[in-house]
Amino acid sequence: MNRRGASTCVFSNMPVIVSAASVVGPREGKGPLGSLFDLVCGDTLCGEASWEKAETKMLRQATDLAVTKAGLQDVHIDFFLAGDLLNQIISSSFAARDKDIPFLGLYGACSTIGEAVAIGSFIIHGGFAENVLVASSSHHDTAERQFRYPTEFGYQRVPPSQWTVTAAAALVLSSQGEGPKVEAVTVGRVMDFGITDANDMGSAMAPAFADTVWRHLSDLGRTPGDYDAIFSGDLGRVGSKAALYLLKKRGIDLSGVHDDTGLMIYDMEPEICSGASGCGCVASVFAAKIYPELKSGKLRRVLLVPTGALHSPTTCQQAESIPGVAHAVSLVYPGWEEKGS
Amino acid sequence: MTRARTKERDEYNRLARSFHPPRPILRNAVSAFLVGGTICTVAQVILDYLSVRLPKTQALAMTSSLMVFLGAFLTGLGVYDEIGRFAGMGAALPITGFANSVVSPAMEFKREGFVLGVSARMFQVAGPVIVYGSLSALIVSILRVYVFK
Amino acid sequence: MTLLYAFLVGGALCALAQTVVDLTEANPAFVMVSAVSLGAVLSGLGLYGPLADLAGAGATTPLLGFGHSLVTGMLEDVGRFGWFGLFTGGLRATASGLMAAIVFGYLMAVLFNPKG
Repeated sequence: MNRRGASTCVFSNMPVIVSAASVVGPREGKGPLGSLFDLVCGDTLCGEASWEKAETKMLRQATDLAVTKAGLQDVHIDFFLAGDLLNQIISSSFAARDKDIPFLGLYGACSTIGEAVAIGSFIIHGGFAENVLVASSSHHDTAERQFRYPTEFGYQRVPPSQWTVTAAAALVLSSQGEGPKVEAVTVGRVMDFGITDANDMGSAMAPAFADTVWRHLSDLGRTPGDYDAIFSGDLGRVGSKAALYLLKKRGIDLSGVHDDTGLMIYDMEPEICSGASGCGCVASVFAAKIYPELKSGKLRRVLLVPTGALHSPTTCQQAESIPGVAHAVSLVYPGWEEKGS
Repeated sequence: MTRARTKERDEYNRLARSFHPPRPILRNAVSAFLVGGTICTVAQVILDYLSVRLPKTQALAMTSSLMVFLGAFLTGLGVYDEIGRFAGMGAALPITGFANSVVSPAMEFKREGFVLGVSARMFQVAGPVIVYGSLSALIVSILRVYVFK
Repeated sequence: MTLLYAFLVGGALCALAQTVVDLTEANPAFVMVSAVSLGAVLSGLGLYGPLADLAGAGATTPLLGFGHSLVTGMLEDVGRFGWFGLFTGGLRATASGLMAAIVFGYLMAVLFNPKG
């Protein structure tokens, strides 16, 4: 059994993330991580006729880049796993349309990249694949017009709301090679604490984050101090506070090791409100910032916990609450001693 | 239990709310006042200009049309959403905001076609305003004419 | 003088609506709908007419003025044609704004693309 505790999967042969690539929009390119991204689009349309087409293009560029960086070609990839925020995850399907790779479409809102890395690692560890390509994307304007209002509608954003990131990122997981390794995965349960406010996704996701982190640590008998950093994937300011509070109530203190990718990608202008969000946010911050630091050994072990608000505009209008989910992925730097874990 | 019970839900909602940053109520009111007041003043200037040349009802009607044009044009230029982001109801409440709520979906859904996109979505936000405005005016008028003569 | 009143009354109505939004955390669409209905009610109570006389465009430009126009139109037509005026007066009185919204809305959608 490769399972530890109630629900944590530990890999005896750790899958390796051999490459990572990110493509972002202009606003993200101007942010503090701007110089770290592989490609920055000059405008939100990226030379396409619609924002939906632009999102697909970014996703395709990110996957192409990741495969090239790994020194591979599409023929070497056994599975392509991807997801995004649009209805029927259409951006991912369009990106997959141009690739001759068996495709699994995933939906986990902003947690998608965590879900993809988890499933990709299972496939590799199970011996079903040598190389798996995982990716996710989001686009501010496609998300606005689908989930909120037309982009030119003059309404005021409210303080707990989060700004959907325009970004796509892709990773290549391999059974062997050089790079940070996936050590363990805790798949999250769907948690619903009754938040109905579609402007407060952070609070809707915080219980899922707290639950997953708590189960991950107790399954492995670890403390937050065993990690150089614990990243939540877009709780924003409001959600981060709620999550740290919930964990503290369970006796786990994350202060000092916790950071939120939704607070890393932008200079926090007032318009951003509580922070950034979207499938592309945690994915691109990981690919551009966390991945290189793990690769160089600057970070030796991190816990990446992408969190998703599984929100549907239809059910939200029907006054249903917003369920959240979070998946914990423990990653170690290339020189990690396997027995040391 | 991954789905919280009613009591826990209420507790958590209260907790989450306590983490919300306070809304800048005063600042918002001041910017709404200034922008809303300015838009109304522009309308008054137009009305004064037209009143010299036209009968009162016609001058009023033409002023609304011109203000709608102004709101629509600024939305087309991509300026009105910025005004709205700054001024909130100061931009949304005047008739220029009504125009913004018509033009923004019309423009937004052009890529979905001119029938099911532009024209079907045009009254996405403005439609309810017309429906409830008409219905409440009907009730008020009935009361005025037949009940409280 | 009307210019000043237009500025003050129009601004005050907007500031009031904004404060309602901030305090109740209401969705902007709900507030717009409520404003029109409130305008109709105030008009029925005979309060909005005097405000419009005082502040001119300061009272007619905000959405409450739309509700006021609907009611005055209906009452006028009821005076002229009897009960059926309820069905003709409202939209007759507000036709200029609605027609302008349709014409310019369509025109702008043809001419411009959203910038995001």
